[in-house]
Amino acid sequence: MKRFFIRRVGYALLSLVVLSATIFVFVRLTGDPAVLLVEPGASKADIDAIRTDLGLDRPLPVQYLLFVKGLLHADFGRSFYYRTPVLELYLERLPNSFFLALVAMAFSLIIGIPSGILAAVRVNGWWDGAGKVFALLGLSMPSFWVGLLLILFFSVYLGWLPSSGSGTPLHVLMPAFALGWYFAAAHMRLTRSSMLEVLGSEYIKLARLKGLPEALVICKHAFKNALIPVLTLAGINLVLMVNVAVVVETVFAWPGVGRLLYEGIAFRDFPVVQTTVILSGVMIVAVNLAVDLMYAVIDPRIRYER
Amino acid sequence: MSVSRAATLTVAWRLASFRRENVPWFPIIILLTLTVLALFADFIAPHDPQVGLLGERFRPPAWQQGGSTAHLLGTDHVGRDVLSRLIFGARVSMVVGFTAVIFAGVIGTVLGIMAGYLGGWVDQVIMRITDAWLAVPALTYAIFLAAIVGPSEGNIVIILGLVYWTRYARVVRGEVLSLKERDYVRLAIVAGCSKWTIMRRHILPNVVNSAIVLATLMLGVVIVTEAALSFLGVGVPPPKPAWGLMLADGKKGLMAGYWWLTVLPGVCIMLMVLSANLLGDWLRVKLDPQLRQL
Repeated sequence: MKRFFIRRVGYALLSLVVLSATIFVFVRLTGDPAVLLVEPGASKADIDAIRTDLGLDRPLPVQYLLFVKGLLHADFGRSFYYRTPVLELYLERLPNSFFLALVAMAFSLIIGIPSGILAAVRVNGWWDGAGKVFALLGLSMPSFWVGLLLILFFSVYLGWLPSSGSGTPLHVLMPAFALGWYFAAAHMRLTRSSMLEVLGSEYIKLARLKGLPEALVICKHAFKNALIPVLTLAGINLVLMVNVAVVVETVFAWPGVGRLLYEGIAFRDFPVVQTTVILSGVMIVAVNLAVDLMYAVIDPRIRYER
Repeated sequence: MSVSRAATLTVAWRLASFRRENVPWFPIIILLTLTVLALFADFIAPHDPQVGLLGERFRPPAWQQGGSTAHLLGTDHVGRDVLSRLIFGARVSMVVGFTAVIFAGVIGTVLGIMAGYLGGWVDQVIMRITDAWLAVPALTYAIFLAAIVGPSEGNIVIILGLVYWTRYARVVRGEVLSLKERDYVRLAIVAGCSKWTIMRRHILPNVVNSAIVLATLMLGVVIVTEAALSFLGVGVPPPKPAWGLMLADGKKGLMAGYWWLTVLPGVCIMLMVLSANLLGDWLRVKLDPQLRQL
């Protein structure tokens, strides 16, 4: 158990090291980082000042250690545009992103779980077919386009919902739906397959042999167990949603971290872009680690593997 | 027999063994149509996709009040013909999509084979990089790279290749791990073939099928990512007619209800991605006997 924990944590740390190294290398490979890190239109003297400041005249390994040292001290630099530390900006936006992701998750589960169960109970039937079409559409319609269509329909034609911004509960509905749309398809597919697996198991056979009504077998006995993998995926996806909402947040001018990344590009605010990418990697590595460790605690088969 | 020839033969043999059952005509027809449009865009498109007349801006499609047959699908915010832009957009999506998928596929397959066959530290290094890269969402990573190198069509292909090779590497490595235990590989070792010869002549032809299936499935993902990057302004630079860029421009007329600028490019993206997904699913069942049993 302990060895599994140590190894798993080690892998996660290694992933972060590789990630930071990649980012470090890419920034330096593609040109002069000093030019990226000063404001556009800065003078030659400014660029030189940054260069000595960052130690860009020193050998690369030393530079990398300095870079990592900065990250460990949560020093991500200052935004050119907002003139505040990037981390502050990021943490300011993060709650908005989580709120959006939570509502999006609610949408995706409300759509995904019932349709997945229906597809599994009526496997190869009409519902299953409809579910497949829905899953394909979920994969094929880019979320930002869904968002634009929602604006067109609900804001422009019907005038029911505000087209962008934040503030009232109504503002969150459309971006959350657009974001949850793609994930609904994934949740549906997993619910279906997990439900099919459970429905084929012995204890469900027993429940049926006991003469329990089919509705009770499905809702009470099968549903609970089938839900475990779906909720695990939902947990991972929640973190993913925070980090992939860039385009949806841009469409709806939602003030989350995705929008921050977009502003970073639009204003050529490189520290903001770099920080958002690094933190999104950290968040995802952390949640994957958490899930793995949790599973190891619950299921001994996992921790003795390999 | 050369490697590529052996590989083509494997694929050709499988394709030839298809009966007429269940051939997915819908995606094939869509993709063929888009290919024809992309190839002959210069002859098919009624107008220049990059030049517009400001006097003709925001014309609705021909069947609506105020539309004219001169612009069948209307015009955009600077008076450019939407139909022509959609047709030329097919070219951008096709070129970027296919080259990026192939680029990513080549990097991923080569690294996957090396990781799987050579094992040891090579495997460790390649797979740790793969893991770390998979940790950041592809779109975020692509945005980051695009922000460093700046937008251009060529850069987009390189960026998408660098972002998506990891998927191939994972799959190919897994397959190589089982392939290298096969008797014919052991025989090749006994016969004194070098590692490179074995990887090239005995392993590669056997992973090509999986790589092709994956490439087809990735085509959809890559096209959506390209559209998203263009939409955000770090993809194909304006005034080139890319569908994602058209959606970004379409936002300017969205609140005024100029639906054709938002709906039509999205429909094109959706049809192309849908076709790639359907074709990929079908190919997967056809080309990959292991998956067929699932």
